[in-house]
Amino acid sequence: MASIQELIFYAFAAVMVMAAAMVISVRNPVYAALYLVLTFFSAAAVWMLMEAEFLAIILIVVYVGAVIVLFLFVVMMLDINLVPLKEGFIRHLPAAIAVAVVMAAELLLLIWSKGRFGSDAFPIPQPHGADYSNTRALGDLLYSHYLLPFEAAGVILLVAIIAAVALTLRKRTGIKTQDPSLQVRARRDESVRLVKMKSEKPQRG
Amino acid sequence: MLTLAHFLTLSAILFSLSVAGIFINRKNVIILLMCIELMLLSVNMNFVAFSRFLGNLDGQIFVFFILTVAAAEAAIGLAILVVLFRNRSTINVAELDDLKG
Repeated sequence: MASIQELIFYAFAAVMVMAAAMVISVRNPVYAALYLVLTFFSAAAVWMLMEAEFLAIILIVVYVGAVIVLFLFVVMMLDINLVPLKEGFIRHLPAAIAVAVVMAAELLLLIWSKGRFGSDAFPIPQPHGADYSNTRALGDLLYSHYLLPFEAAGVILLVAIIAAVALTLRKRTGIKTQDPSLQVRARRDESVRLVKMKSEKPQRG
Repeated sequence: MLTLAHFLTLSAILFSLSVAGIFINRKNVIILLMCIELMLLSVNMNFVAFSRFLGNLDGQIFVFFILTVAAAEAAIGLAILVVLFRNRSTINVAELDDLKG
């Protein structure tokens, strides 16, 4: 009799593997990005099963919410001709399947032989109580022992922002944009001219 | 009964699928980037699984940092892709041979 955890694991693992297979095989990159969303959602569910609640939520918020949406933006922004991108798909398919199968077989052989990672070598841990907070435990560790790497991660993100902006910034000619520095530097006598003249009578007639 | 081997198996299958994806989508840079994201996901799953079964939270901290670096990598990679498409009007890997010696 399978436990509820096993049922959840197998259901989400099956969805995840199918979605990953669709990501690499569909024709249209938009659909690939959407299947990537499904893959990450299933992965988040599996992580939730492993009591990594904070990372599961982060995976959905950061990956699905930001990274995949960025992918979708770029895919839809570029006007890509899909036909030449798919040539060689059939030609490389046998090699790809062979490599994947051999690799998976080796990994599975390693994992399942001699009970290396079975329940004897790695006993199943007791689930935490209801008062345990994964987020608090991670925060305790992150803001004490891993403070310097945490700051370095912030710097990496800053570098990424600057790099992305600097790469995609471009000056276009022939468009009328405002130049704030010129506007600020404008002086009164450049635009206003006082003229002395006699007052004129209104003309009747 | 879910052992560590179950989670490692799932991540091994995911990793093999993404390697196959890199093989069959050799022309399309966007799908290649997506395959790299899948690879990182499978590595992260290994980290989380070992973190749980060893009772040590350091693995989850590592996943946190990998997610940070992966987000930066995706942002810069897509920016390069946009500039590439602006200059060459194609993202076909086979036509990007300017550096051919």
